[in-house]
Amino acid sequence: MATLMAPNQGMLQEGAREEKGENARMASFVGAVAMADLVKSTLGPKGMDKILQSMGRGHEVTVTNDGATILKSVYVDNPAAKVLQDISKVQDDEVGDGTTSVVVLAGELLREAEQLVGQKVHPMTIIAGFREAEAVAKAELTAAAFSNAEHPEAFRNDLLNIARTTLSSKILTADKDHFAELAVDAITRLKGSGNLEAIHIIKKAGGALKDSFLDEGFILDKKIGVGQPKRITDAKVLIANTPMDTDKIKIYGARVRVDSMAKVGEIEAAEKNKMREKCQKIIDHGINCFINRQLIYNFPEEIFADAGVMSIEHADFDGIERLALVLGGEIASTFEHPGEVKLGSCKLIEETMIGEDKLIHFSGVALGEACTIVLRGASSHILEEADRSLHDALCVLGETVKEPRVLYGGGWPEMRMARAIEEAAKKTPGKKSLAMEAFARALRQLPTTIADNAGLDSADIVATLRAAHGADPGASRMGVDVIAGAAGDMRELGIYESFKVKQQVLLSATEAAEMILRVDDIIRCAPRQRSG
Amino acid sequence: MSLAFDDYGRPFIILREQGSKSRVRGTEAVKANILAAKTVARTLRSSLGPKGMDKMLQSPDGDVTITNDGATILEQMEVQHQIGKLLVELSKSQDHEIGDGTTGVVVLAGSLLEQAESLLDMGIHPLRIAEGYEMACKVATAHLDSIATKWDFSPEEVEPLVQTCMTTLSSKVVGRLKRQMAEICVKAVLAVADLPRRDVNLDLIKVEGKVGGAMEDTRLVEGIVIDKDFSHPQMPKELKDVKIAILTCPFEAPKPKTKHKVDIDTVEKFESLRHAEQQYFIDMVQKCKDAGAGLIICQWGFEDEANHLLMHHNLPAIRWVGGVEIELLAMATGARIVPRFEELSPDKLGFAKCVREVGYGTTKERSIIIEGCPNLSAVTIWVRGGNRMVLDEVRRSLHDALCVARNLVRDNSIVYGGGSAEIACSLAVEAAADKVVGVEQYAMRAFAGKVVGVEQYAMRAFADALEAVPLALAENSGLPSIESLTAVKARQLAESNPHLGIDCNDAGTNDMREQNVFETLIGKRQQMFLATQVCKMILKIDDIIQPSQYD
Repeated sequence: MATLMAPNQGMLQEGAREEKGENARMASFVGAVAMADLVKSTLGPKGMDKILQSMGRGHEVTVTNDGATILKSVYVDNPAAKVLQDISKVQDDEVGDGTTSVVVLAGELLREAEQLVGQKVHPMTIIAGFREAEAVAKAELTAAAFSNAEHPEAFRNDLLNIARTTLSSKILTADKDHFAELAVDAITRLKGSGNLEAIHIIKKAGGALKDSFLDEGFILDKKIGVGQPKRITDAKVLIANTPMDTDKIKIYGARVRVDSMAKVGEIEAAEKNKMREKCQKIIDHGINCFINRQLIYNFPEEIFADAGVMSIEHADFDGIERLALVLGGEIASTFEHPGEVKLGSCKLIEETMIGEDKLIHFSGVALGEACTIVLRGASSHILEEADRSLHDALCVLGETVKEPRVLYGGGWPEMRMARAIEEAAKKTPGKKSLAMEAFARALRQLPTTIADNAGLDSADIVATLRAAHGADPGASRMGVDVIAGAAGDMRELGIYESFKVKQQVLLSATEAAEMILRVDDIIRCAPRQRSG
Repeated sequence: MSLAFDDYGRPFIILREQGSKSRVRGTEAVKANILAAKTVARTLRSSLGPKGMDKMLQSPDGDVTITNDGATILEQMEVQHQIGKLLVELSKSQDHEIGDGTTGVVVLAGSLLEQAESLLDMGIHPLRIAEGYEMACKVATAHLDSIATKWDFSPEEVEPLVQTCMTTLSSKVVGRLKRQMAEICVKAVLAVADLPRRDVNLDLIKVEGKVGGAMEDTRLVEGIVIDKDFSHPQMPKELKDVKIAILTCPFEAPKPKTKHKVDIDTVEKFESLRHAEQQYFIDMVQKCKDAGAGLIICQWGFEDEANHLLMHHNLPAIRWVGGVEIELLAMATGARIVPRFEELSPDKLGFAKCVREVGYGTTKERSIIIEGCPNLSAVTIWVRGGNRMVLDEVRRSLHDALCVARNLVRDNSIVYGGGSAEIACSLAVEAAADKVVGVEQYAMRAFAGKVVGVEQYAMRAFADALEAVPLALAENSGLPSIESLTAVKARQLAESNPHLGIDCNDAGTNDMREQNVFETLIGKRQQMFLATQVCKMILKIDDIIQPSQYD
């Protein structure tokens, strides 16, 4: 068997594949570029959506133009495509927006690199050029950013603009002013803490998107127990995580063994008694509302009802933590020392109706930071997409509050960076300058794509932009004005973007492109044999 | 073939089931093996050096790894061929022993075998080749010792260490930030190094990471990072000057190991059991409190009730901390690991200046950073990176750099890199081979005067094989390989300067002293020893018997 061996035959496991040199590079380029092309058409305010149908049971359908969501759902086999999938996910986790831009930029970088490789430029040289270009771009980006953090009015305006820009590429674009207000109000309530957990988003089908509103209190999607007060003013709330069904004995190995029916009855009574005592202890805290993470059975519920205490069961873990945060109480599991447990409080608890559903509304809460956004929409798909869009906007705003520098949008930062890189390329000796020019071209692809997606003459607009930036380096505010279909002043149009997001896009995309470029060999192990 | 006849002419079977076994013998077998080894080496060849390329590996489960670390590539390639596996082992043992140079050792072994092939064609017996290689290896390593320089450093003057780490890192994806990363590594190693004993326990350095941010955000935490959060969401997120109790007993109801049953048959028993249970939790927390602990770190979980009691008594706690972390924490904070609540006492507590919980980006993931421990003997390198593959690769690269720094602490001799050491050794071996008399003496001593001089060929082959490393370096850097190699070789010979190597970074000079490219002496020596040994092992095989493939 081993007498005559072609290279790699019999070296790796059966079913494994190896691609080398040019082939490997081709495979990665093709995969990465395909991935970028997939999401490319969703970029910009006139970007299109995608329908994703799951392979699982029910063939659920998602309609979205969120890059991260699309890429997450696509099953890919190409290793290079997986790299892009990963950077988009990280971008989502890290800053929440720019998930499409980062993939498109990485894809464009690789497309340019492919041509350079075709011109016999060594990948390492390309990487060196890219790194230099990245440094120039980063410096230019930092120089271009400006901050209005010291003027609250102007800063709020910036935030509104950023929110509008982010939302304009999403389904919420029709009501972007409304939602921008919503998002900015929610974020400013956080007072700079950037803790997005205090913002609760509830989705209720029905009504129109425009009917969505921000509630200054807190809304819990749960029911109040039967026969209990439906409205409490000056509520004292005990938030708990304790079993309220049957309180089991936890000592290991304990079991009940009795010899007569009467004894069974006694034990049962004791058990009931135990629960009654527990409830009494809880009531002794001087509360008029009790919220438990776990189930509350009918028996304790009845005791609470008798005592005139509102009880809410089965608030999920997230809900409990958020409630504790909002109401300013602690999550209790023992009830021996009523005086020492910190109770939560709020002005008013009442049942409200949104659409068809009853929800519990807490208003006048201790922690003024929290709020709830209630989303309304015609169908669950719209609501899901609205949720994703709003999440993006909130993330970006949260980041901007932490890092108040902003940039103009509409391809303006890309044009500036491209110009700076080209300037630097002119002064760079050697083949590296080719790679730097390529980098600049890739950056210009972003405004080009935005214009293309809007059905505009991209070549003309980008050329105009380029001329404007070239004529007035560093001061021009021209970007793609998708609505008018021409180049426009970004400040007047109010198109702003967060500096942090742009910077992360630049860094991640370059890193990913470099990573893929460095590969000259792809080895795929044989797929794991699955039984059945 | 394996059929023999006994004295009476009856056939008897030496090898059972001949039909189902395939067998290759003699030169045929050696050559097949050499071919296999060469294939593996060829895969790695392009990853050598600062301009080496990466490999993309897709695991059976579809996960992607991008790396240029030789040991990792070979490990994940799932090589099936027996001889291929030998090379995988070779690279692994270099990794375990030295931690760096895993690619180089495989390339060297591959090239030694390639040279052996042509010697076999000349009709030289494999064992003679192996003997010759052995001799050559001796000459080469002796020469290495002679060109090595001591490189002095002290905790105050760490520049030499940083330089060496930079050489290692320059071939990796972190090349862009090699200065920063090298400094982190050196600081980490020096923090845990036992300088008088010249020993470094790398277990004390944890390389942890979280996807996100940029590589620039990577930093050294002088303490420990655990990927957990406080057990109760309302516990304080930052603690200052805190006493730490480390427990390996759960905050749960007692669970005796012997099998038992607690029978409840009366109401009184039921009641008393209930109270006992409640008391048990209260006692547990009270014991921690009495000992004066300000933070509980526990290996096991908490019952909800206990959790609340802890929170109630203002005792922040972390649960489900893994065994390795527990040990590290104990070492760093000076705490004793306490297996029972009863044994908790104030003198068994550890101390930390600052414990805090940090979150990342928009996700809910959190980690706890414990800093300012009295024993600075445990540190964590906290890696950030744009995506998972970058992160993994950075971690691997840092591991290599840490190993190099450790080796230097152990033995501060260095040789210059960029292929200069290989070229110098190659020249030395050739010279030794040319001194026929000398070598013959050598050979005569080895073979009791029976054979003379065949090993010369093997030694020359060894010298040629050594050149494969600078050749690959030059090739990967896009330089005309043979031209630059011969130019450097000629200069080394003319100037008798063993520090001339391949100028991979286009820095304009071939003198590696000026470029500050070093490698550790032990690393280089180990490479040659290991490569020669594996070669010898492969050359000694003259018969491959293996079951035929199943149909």
